[in-house]
Amino acid sequence: MSILTAPSFQVDTHGYYGPFGGAFIPEMLFDNIEHLRRNYLSIIDDPAFQADFHRLLRDYVGRPTPLYPAPRLSQRYGSRIFLKREDLNHTGAHKINNAIGQILLAQHLGKTRIIAETGAGQHGVATATVCALVGLPCVVYMGELDVARQAPNVARMRMLGAEVRPVTSGSRTLKDATNEAIRDWINHPEDTHYIIGSAVGPHPYPDMVTRFQSVISAEMRNQLQEQTGMPNPDMVIACVGGGSNAAGAFFHYLEETSVQLVAVEAAGLGIDSGHSAATSVLGTEGIIHGSKTLLMQTEDGQIIEPYSLSAGLDYPGIGPLHAHLIKTGRASTYSVTDAEALAAALELTRLEGIIPALESAHALAALDKITFQPDQVVVLCLSGRGDKDMATYIDHLDQNPTA
Amino acid sequence: MSRLQSLFTRKPREILNIYFTAGHPTLESTGTIIRSLSDTGVDIIEIGMPYSDPMADGPTIQASSQTALSNGMTLPLLLEQVREVRGQTDVPLVLMGYLNQVMQYGPERFFRDAKTAGIDGLILPDLPLIEYEQHYRTLLDAAGLDLTFLVTPQTPPDRIRALDAASSGFLYMVSSSAITGGSSAFGDAQKEYFQRIDRMDLKNPRLIGFGISDHAAFANACQYARGAIVGSAFIRALESGPPLEEIIPAFVAGIRGTTIQNLPSILSSTDRS
Ligand SMILES: Cc1ncc(COP(=O)(O)O)c(C=O)c1O
Repeated sequence: MSILTAPSFQVDTHGYYGPFGGAFIPEMLFDNIEHLRRNYLSIIDDPAFQADFHRLLRDYVGRPTPLYPAPRLSQRYGSRIFLKREDLNHTGAHKINNAIGQILLAQHLGKTRIIAETGAGQHGVATATVCALVGLPCVVYMGELDVARQAPNVARMRMLGAEVRPVTSGSRTLKDATNEAIRDWINHPEDTHYIIGSAVGPHPYPDMVTRFQSVISAEMRNQLQEQTGMPNPDMVIACVGGGSNAAGAFFHYLEETSVQLVAVEAAGLGIDSGHSAATSVLGTEGIIHGSKTLLMQTEDGQIIEPYSLSAGLDYPGIGPLHAHLIKTGRASTYSVTDAEALAAALELTRLEGIIPALESAHALAALDKITFQPDQVVVLCLSGRGDKDMATYIDHLDQNPTA
Repeated sequence: MSRLQSLFTRKPREILNIYFTAGHPTLESTGTIIRSLSDTGVDIIEIGMPYSDPMADGPTIQASSQTALSNGMTLPLLLEQVREVRGQTDVPLVLMGYLNQVMQYGPERFFRDAKTAGIDGLILPDLPLIEYEQHYRTLLDAAGLDLTFLVTPQTPPDRIRALDAASSGFLYMVSSSAITGGSSAFGDAQKEYFQRIDRMDLKNPRLIGFGISDHAAFANACQYARGAIVGSAFIRALESGPPLEEIIPAFVAGIRGTTIQNLPSILSSTDRS
């Protein structure tokens, strides 16, 4: 492909990745979004901001996270598998990278109140944590169903001083929590900053979140250079809910076409079961949460309520960067069912002594669907740890005593 | 001249625009509601196209949309119902919905079908101005539909001018930065905002909406604009129990302040849930 026709995977000045992205927002949010759009790059690129951001990532979050060559997992799948240990971050997932960046941004903007949505509760915990860190009040919207299935994270948010508001509309999961957070912002445009937890939403959010998460692949390059002698792997695998850990893990490889990018979605009970969140297969072009992207919808344009056992992947859309990566063929996708993810979580635990988050277990389950070469270097983004999912895992073990 | 333009030419003040969600409370209520609102002298009827994720709407309209969708409302059915009732009334009819619905129907076909059914104007709160200018202006002009943009207290003056230039029919002044269904008393900051816009000498007549729930709020809004839009309060009234043919005239009279006796208690309550 010539330079002239090669698709760019960077956001353009209007907030688009190819045909996807933009800012489809009501006028009530225009001023906030426009202010962000005009200023986010100069704020983020400021050396003082970068210094604060990286100091906190090092001293508070515990970065860089290890790139762990997983010997028994590698043996099992016949390639060289490295795990990017985002599970070892403070608060237990990659979500904190973005939360740190956005809280610094909110302070720059002079905002005095923070809101967030959360699915698995990892982003809610990360946001509640950074709010405690800087002393700002925090409201987290969380679907009622997720409040029930991610109870440990609800408790953590409360202990951190955040107010968790259960959302009872729609599917009572991440989609509706996001709607409620947007409504809150519409009602409090002046004092409030909305810390979106994934690479979704109106421009500039997808790009902003991607930039904060890109520390993942920046570290991977250095660590691979040290451990393999080459900065590039052959393949990067990550799970995709909205797509923030995948965006961060892919970022520095987007234009390096020798690096295969693999996005793993939640198939729920199966793609054709009617209970799925496999957006790249089931989705069509439309608008969700202010962004033109792929989403699951009816012919009449009503958004379909998704399903996944994993609260963090239970979302009917994907970020616009991923829609573009998938449509251009730059990334390939796999869909993983609840059962496959549970089995993969157990497998990693028994092979390497690491209990992954149920979201990350979806990425792990894709290993079984890919054919590897023995010397292939594969990096899998282990986006979070499994503490929050223990009730689900214990249930699974009780039902499968021989597992 | 469009129906909306001729209304504003004819009637100087106290223009009442009432919103309801098509398919709520029942799948078949669209015709009854439109006829009844028209008979009681409502000036503009705004028909909500129920949407699964109405992010600019408050809990009342959101819940009514969910009811409408579970009742089976779809855009083709809605347009069919409008076509049937259009023969019986000349009141301006405006559709309010979200861009994704229009995108999936196909914008060009949607505008043509809406116009044919008897729709006069559209409100699409998540249609960005830049998208309008690049992709929608010519389609809407070709179909002969008016389009209303929203302005808020935070909208800067040059943008207000651009939104006014892009709008036809009327301009929607959001009373405060709040989603629909909020509180009704205007504070000094809101009055300053209304007056500031009044002095701008815009091309379009303006209606105030969001949080207009009773006669006091309506009368207040009419001091600062050509009239007002009532939504959530009307939806709550429709849910209050009595037959629609009774509740609607009583509600409209209550808002206009023409009669206040014999109103079901729900109409004077201030449930802002
Ligand atoms: C551990 C973990 N991984 C992945 C995700 C999915 O989000 P994203 O696709 O933005 O990385 C979540 C979301 O809650 C999560 O908690």
